[in-house]
Amino acid sequence: MSAFFFFVQLLNAVQYALILYLVASGLTLLLGIMGVINLAHGVFYMVGAYIAYAVVQHFAIFWLALPVGILIGLALGALVEKLLLSRLEGADHLSQVLLSFGLILLLNEAQRIIFGNDAHGVDVPQSLSYSIPLSDTLSYPVYRLFVCAVGLLFIAAMGLMMAKTRIGMMLRASAENRDMARAMGIDVQFVYLGVTAVGIACTVLAGVIAAPIASVYPGMGDTVLIQSFVVIVLGGIGSLGGALAGSLLLGLVDAFGKQFFPTYAGFLVYAAMIAVLIVRPQGLIRVRGA
Amino acid sequence: MRQSKLVLTRRQALKAVGGAAVAGLAVRGFPMPALAQGAPLRVGFMLPYTGTYAALAKNIDNAFRMYVAQKGDKLGGRAVEYVMVDDQAEPPKATENMNRLVDRDKVDVVVGTVHSGVQMAMVKIARETGKLLIIPNAGADAATRAACAPNVFRTSFSNWQPCYPVGKVMADAGHKTAMTITWKYAAGEEDVVAFKQGFGEHGGKVVGELWVPFPEVEFQSFLTQIAEKKPDGVFAFFAGGGAVKFVKDYAAAGLKKSIPLYGPGFLTDGTLSAQGEAAEGLKTTLHYADDLDNPADKAFRAEYAKRYGAQPDVYSVQGYDAAALLAIGMDAVKGDIKAADAMHKAMRAAKIDSPRGPLSFSASHNPIQNIYLREVKNGKNAYVKVAHAALADPGTGCKMT
Repeated sequence: MSAFFFFVQLLNAVQYALILYLVASGLTLLLGIMGVINLAHGVFYMVGAYIAYAVVQHFAIFWLALPVGILIGLALGALVEKLLLSRLEGADHLSQVLLSFGLILLLNEAQRIIFGNDAHGVDVPQSLSYSIPLSDTLSYPVYRLFVCAVGLLFIAAMGLMMAKTRIGMMLRASAENRDMARAMGIDVQFVYLGVTAVGIACTVLAGVIAAPIASVYPGMGDTVLIQSFVVIVLGGIGSLGGALAGSLLLGLVDAFGKQFFPTYAGFLVYAAMIAVLIVRPQGLIRVRGA
Repeated sequence: MRQSKLVLTRRQALKAVGGAAVAGLAVRGFPMPALAQGAPLRVGFMLPYTGTYAALAKNIDNAFRMYVAQKGDKLGGRAVEYVMVDDQAEPPKATENMNRLVDRDKVDVVVGTVHSGVQMAMVKIARETGKLLIIPNAGADAATRAACAPNVFRTSFSNWQPCYPVGKVMADAGHKTAMTITWKYAAGEEDVVAFKQGFGEHGGKVVGELWVPFPEVEFQSFLTQIAEKKPDGVFAFFAGGGAVKFVKDYAAAGLKKSIPLYGPGFLTDGTLSAQGEAAEGLKTTLHYADDLDNPADKAFRAEYAKRYGAQPDVYSVQGYDAAALLAIGMDAVKGDIKAADAMHKAMRAAKIDSPRGPLSFSASHNPIQNIYLREVKNGKNAYVKVAHAALADPGTGCKMT
């Protein structure tokens, strides 16, 4: 393997990691701050992809799907928190698992009724619909680089918000000790509402952005859900930095595993997870209080 | 689990039975059917009515019913009653679902299914019980090889069939080396074996095999490996959402221009509208194409479009032929499905003027059929030529008992 192709595989790994991060960050927020295991996370990703498909179908403008996706995601998230999760405060994880599993069934069936079972494609927006030649046979789609850029922006924005803003402080406080945060005058209920809405909106947005490269089909959220869980277990539950580290590790193991150990490619990612769990059961990056 | 039945009222049932008797006696001059044969023929559909394969199940089911309706809602002089079981394409539930049809619902014949894993469980029970089974899609080679049985027929294909001819197609196009890429699961493995056999027989060499963990759809790392190895051509098998994404990624990576992509027709069947421009020019092989110039296909397509307001596809054709094959068996024994040996013999000897072209059956009960080379033109799988005429599966290891 030449240095050139090593570099390309590295790019593949980082690019894949950034998409994974977009999806996994919402999951880790919900789990870290609210202690909610949201199995329906993958389904919200699928919702995003179908929003992109529907918007492009009706208006032929991909960019419109971004605000639409965010708004629908916020609304869905707020509904889920107000109507469902808020009733489960203090309940065990099994109830949350059951609830979110029900959401999976509900949303999958809704998708089936509205869109049917065919696989759909969403065209890459015209302005980004070209590829940069890397070698005589290989070129790199610009849209994938755009996704990388969104991922990086997202990382920066999340990091700044958590570290520097009052909201970030409230989030960290609520995660660490709910009752103490409440005693200090933080409206924990409102924080939870915000986290759920933003967490789910992030996931829906990830689905919208991924739609042109992932294509749109029933059950597309299932693999994403499993990989997101691997990412947050690798990285450390509840930590955004951990989600990033986990995504990068998964991306690297995936890209280079497929190159060097093709027979075991499907298994390597989980082997890495097991190794991390044995050596650092708390994940790569540990969150205080979590 | 969903299940629904066609329920007849008593009056309708009486009418049907009476009508059948009168028709048999007076109009067609058939001998009076025995009392038991007056009862409707119970056809059990075991198909994935929900989930990823739901569209396939619907098309198979639609076309089967259409054939029966065209025959005056009767097969071998008996009215037809359907029992539907949704197998959800889930192998762990296959045995239970099949047993339900055979033991509880007491169907006379089972038609199913799509998923190969579910299929093999069904074949096992069919072998144990002797229940007639017609396979309208699943391609697992074993169903008509080592696991073949006198009461098991297939109207679709063995995985070997559409892939073996790709080897010759690629060799004819001047390709000396190839790489393969598919999901690492049973169907993908059988496809690659068949392709390698065909390509090798025509002097080609497979220089790399890429295996994607099923059902993953992240291909970028594999595409980089293809670009690095630079084979003359690539053989790929994916279906559904995976096929859409693979074909689009392959084009976006710039590989389509330099390294031509080939595969069995599933790569571009039912997925073309989603693949769009990226699929144009792809060459695939299958036992059906969008514009076969034969009267049976034209009539079939017109009737299907009229009845269901949608275009039929290869799955509809397979369902239609499943009904045609059953009709031949039922006619041969005049509706007496208990005369199994005679019925199986007639079905084995069947010659069907199928929408896909001439269709007959090999000793292992797998279709003998033309495999067509198609090219994607303007969003259609356009017929190019016959890639392999009257291709029969080798049926290796089949011992009919």
